[in-house]
Amino acid sequence: MAEFPGDLKYAESHEWARLEADGTITVGITDHAQESLGDVVFVELPEVGTELDAKAEAGVVESVKAASDIYAPVSGTVTAVNSKLEDEPETVNESPYDDGWFFKLQPKDVGELDSLLSADEYETVCENEEDH
Amino acid sequence: MGQRTPIYPLHVEAGAKMVDFGGWDMPIHYGSQIEEHHAVRRDVGICDVSHMTVVDVAGKDARAFLRHLLANDVARLDAKGKALYSPMLNEAGGILDDLIVYRGETDASYRLVVNCATRDKDLKWIAAQSSAFDVEVKERQDLAILAVQGPNSLEHVKALLDADGVSRLEGLVPFTSADWQDWMLARTGYTGEVGIEIILPGEAAPAVWRRLTAAGVAPVGLGARDTLRLEAGMNLYGQDMDETVTPYESNIAFTVVLDDHEFVGATRLREQKVAGAPRRLTGLVMTTRGVLRAHYPVFAGDQQVGEITSGAFSPTLSHSIALARLDQGATGDLAVSIRGKMHPVIEVRPPFVRNGKQVYKPARRG
Repeated sequence: MAEFPGDLKYAESHEWARLEADGTITVGITDHAQESLGDVVFVELPEVGTELDAKAEAGVVESVKAASDIYAPVSGTVTAVNSKLEDEPETVNESPYDDGWFFKLQPKDVGELDSLLSADEYETVCENEEDH
Repeated sequence: MGQRTPIYPLHVEAGAKMVDFGGWDMPIHYGSQIEEHHAVRRDVGICDVSHMTVVDVAGKDARAFLRHLLANDVARLDAKGKALYSPMLNEAGGILDDLIVYRGETDASYRLVVNCATRDKDLKWIAAQSSAFDVEVKERQDLAILAVQGPNSLEHVKALLDADGVSRLEGLVPFTSADWQDWMLARTGYTGEVGIEIILPGEAAPAVWRRLTAAGVAPVGLGARDTLRLEAGMNLYGQDMDETVTPYESNIAFTVVLDDHEFVGATRLREQKVAGAPRRLTGLVMTTRGVLRAHYPVFAGDQQVGEITSGAFSPTLSHSIALARLDQGATGDLAVSIRGKMHPVIEVRPPFVRNGKQVYKPARRG
């Protein structure tokens, strides 16, 4: 079963967002997302300095099954990317919430986090998806 | 709920992700498709392919009937147990299905293994074509098929057999088979590795699966089976070929025997052989980042010259490979459009991988 850590916020498009102590927001894809994608083989990350609107395309994850766009859960400027994923894309499968993070954003308005889903709400979204 | 093979409960027990495959509930992977792929290339894996359709053809006209039905020539099967791969064509030379035919004790008995998605169509077609021949065509739903594939596969299968079975297995070369008790052991597969396909009574299959997996044989899902066959340059029916194309347009000209051989579709193939096939199925390699996938368009300059029929990330080569059907005249530098962006690719002659090693060669063209 997929994990849904309670301290994260979630987008319906299957990204998670974590507010760090320094005010940045770390973004990755959820355990549910990596499970349904299967083995990740390539990750395309945004460039540092890119300004992204909430729900804008931020990158692509290619798995054995499909190519999926990654969206910014909130608006902000990319301050760091996880370059480890270029050589070790399997990290996304192995550690979706820690070592498998995608990028960090300096948010435009940290309040946008409140519009994202809680762990419970997101879990419900996933369950409904599986019913279809 | 779809149809289930006798191994279904063991797939679920092993944590398989189950998907619908041609009306059957089949395992796509058991956790990591890539690890399953590597297991077959480097050691050994087992794949449940019991969803495939086994058809026995027997009777005094069996040989004559199959020479009529198939583009490859069963007259080549000059000894018990020999096998060959053949397309089955319609009158227009279009491919209805591809299959393996095994010869039985005499040339009055053969076994066909055909695809599951084409089962109904195939059985109807075979029945209709057989009306003028003295043959009995019988589907064997009582049988299961376990594909044990990989460099260490023979050792694991031997461990299941008595001395008689071991000597029969050791006597086999690729594309031959032998009976042992109520099993058929065949040196065939869909991976490009050494391997055995065991065709056995369905009720015996779960115990064999348990013994092999307990001995360290990795369960392999249909996901890895697909990347294994693609690396091996083998076509998937319904994806790389169908009724709209001939064997000459599908990189399987080697399966067509026109000399001294009349069969359904032969007239059309003789014409096309003279005129030349309008399209070719070929291999593509992309060594940069990204994954080639089915239906991506292929370009020569700004001209679309075809599309990818099967594409994947090759776990053995660590880059993407594909089969593509291109206009025969397509030459020069090729590129694939991926989400609106052109990516250069190299045309190669499949297979891409055999026995764990890269084997592809650049195609010599224009």
